[in-house]
Amino acid sequence: MKVDLHINGVSRSTDVEPRKTLLDALRENFLLNGTHAGCEHGVCGACTVLLDGEPVRSCLMFAVQADGYEITTIEGLAPAPGELGVLQDAFCETHGLQCGYCTPGMILAAHAMLQNTLIPTRDDIVEAISGNICRCTGYGQIIEAIQFAAARLRVANTPRSQQGAPAEADKPVVEAK
Amino acid sequence: MKPAPFDYIRPDSLAEACALLAADEDARVIAGGQTLVPMLAMRLARPARLIDILRLPELAGIHEEKGAIMVGATTRQAHAERDPVIRASVPMLARVLPWVGHPPTRNRGTVGGSIANADPSAEIPLVAVTLGAEIMLATADGPASMPADDFLIGPMLTTINPGECVSAIRFPVWPHRRIGVGFFEISARRSDFAFVAAAAQVALDDEGRCIEVALGVGGVGDRPLRLDISSLIGGELRAAIVTDAISAAAAELDAMSDLHASAAYRRRVAITLCIRALEQAGDNAAAKSVKGAR
Repeated sequence: MKVDLHINGVSRSTDVEPRKTLLDALRENFLLNGTHAGCEHGVCGACTVLLDGEPVRSCLMFAVQADGYEITTIEGLAPAPGELGVLQDAFCETHGLQCGYCTPGMILAAHAMLQNTLIPTRDDIVEAISGNICRCTGYGQIIEAIQFAAARLRVANTPRSQQGAPAEADKPVVEAK
Repeated sequence: MKPAPFDYIRPDSLAEACALLAADEDARVIAGGQTLVPMLAMRLARPARLIDILRLPELAGIHEEKGAIMVGATTRQAHAERDPVIRASVPMLARVLPWVGHPPTRNRGTVGGSIANADPSAEIPLVAVTLGAEIMLATADGPASMPADDFLIGPMLTTINPGECVSAIRFPVWPHRRIGVGFFEISARRSDFAFVAAAAQVALDDEGRCIEVALGVGGVGDRPLRLDISSLIGGELRAAIVTDAISAAAAELDAMSDLHASAAYRRRVAITLCIRALEQAGDNAAAKSVKGAR
């Protein structure tokens, strides 16, 4: 079946069997290998992508169902090739990853949450990544990374006169209010 | 972990979907796919064709009716969770939705899909049975409906026939002003399948007496079960009376044993969670002001 998809702001067409998941189509037909194949039955969250800005599991839908949505993969988050977004950079700085397998899913899930609020509580963050499994970090540094990114993004949207001391702004908030 | 081949059809109307389903007994409905796709991936299900109903306009939307809220079958769980009408008028549904899967599965999973799937531990069927919701069906002969309690007959089993499709769920809205809900569940991990879940809704009069009450448990039997505690109506919800009423009602609970929990454990936890849920519902109702809008 022919299917027209809108991926990371670009319209692309391909021919797929109906049984081909969006995950496999992204990886095999469009060579967007940042979306990782983990359990392939909706448990691990490694394949998370954004559909119209909301995180979904790309292994739990078929490519033929994905027309008409704005699909965002991890490749769509970087500002330019070879550069990292604020959230991606925060994961590096706080050691929010080890093997990196879960990282694209974690970042997309966190990115979607940060679109709704830049002052997430720890519970908001835990809920946002509750469907993503990480077997390396124990989640502590991932939560820290998201808090760190939120703090930076808050400052990014604040006039310099209201930002306070730079050290304050750069510090990860332990419990954002 | 790749599904077996199937044909994919996206009909333009509900009537066309029902005709396709009636014509081929190997056809299955797909909506959000959050349960069906894993089944396909593990090849526990191998339908010949999938009929995608997700974009049918007839199945979308949340509508207020007299004394009820009609929730379209393809309403996303995440959408229902945030919807102001559901929060105000079907608070029990809003209360349980954060417990249904995870944010990414709620973004795709539908309210009607959870009903049609009939998992005995699922929260949405529990709410439907507890509140006495009506399941609206689209059939080749036109619309039909039946109470949730008659629709859900066993684990992953409903009375739906080939050629039929759940079109909406009609949740009754209580007319009272002081309404509170309570919900508790026990599972191995947050958002995992509930071993036991209990949901309660209470309405109080201005003097704090109970005028209407609904209580149900999920995960205990092979389908959600409603407990008869109508003996509480007319009195205040004192702890001792509540405990007695629930213990009496739960004595007949047909609990199941499996790998995760024994029947005796499930029955014991059900009684405890029912008491907590009813207490929470009573407290929430009592917190509503005597005068003023609901």
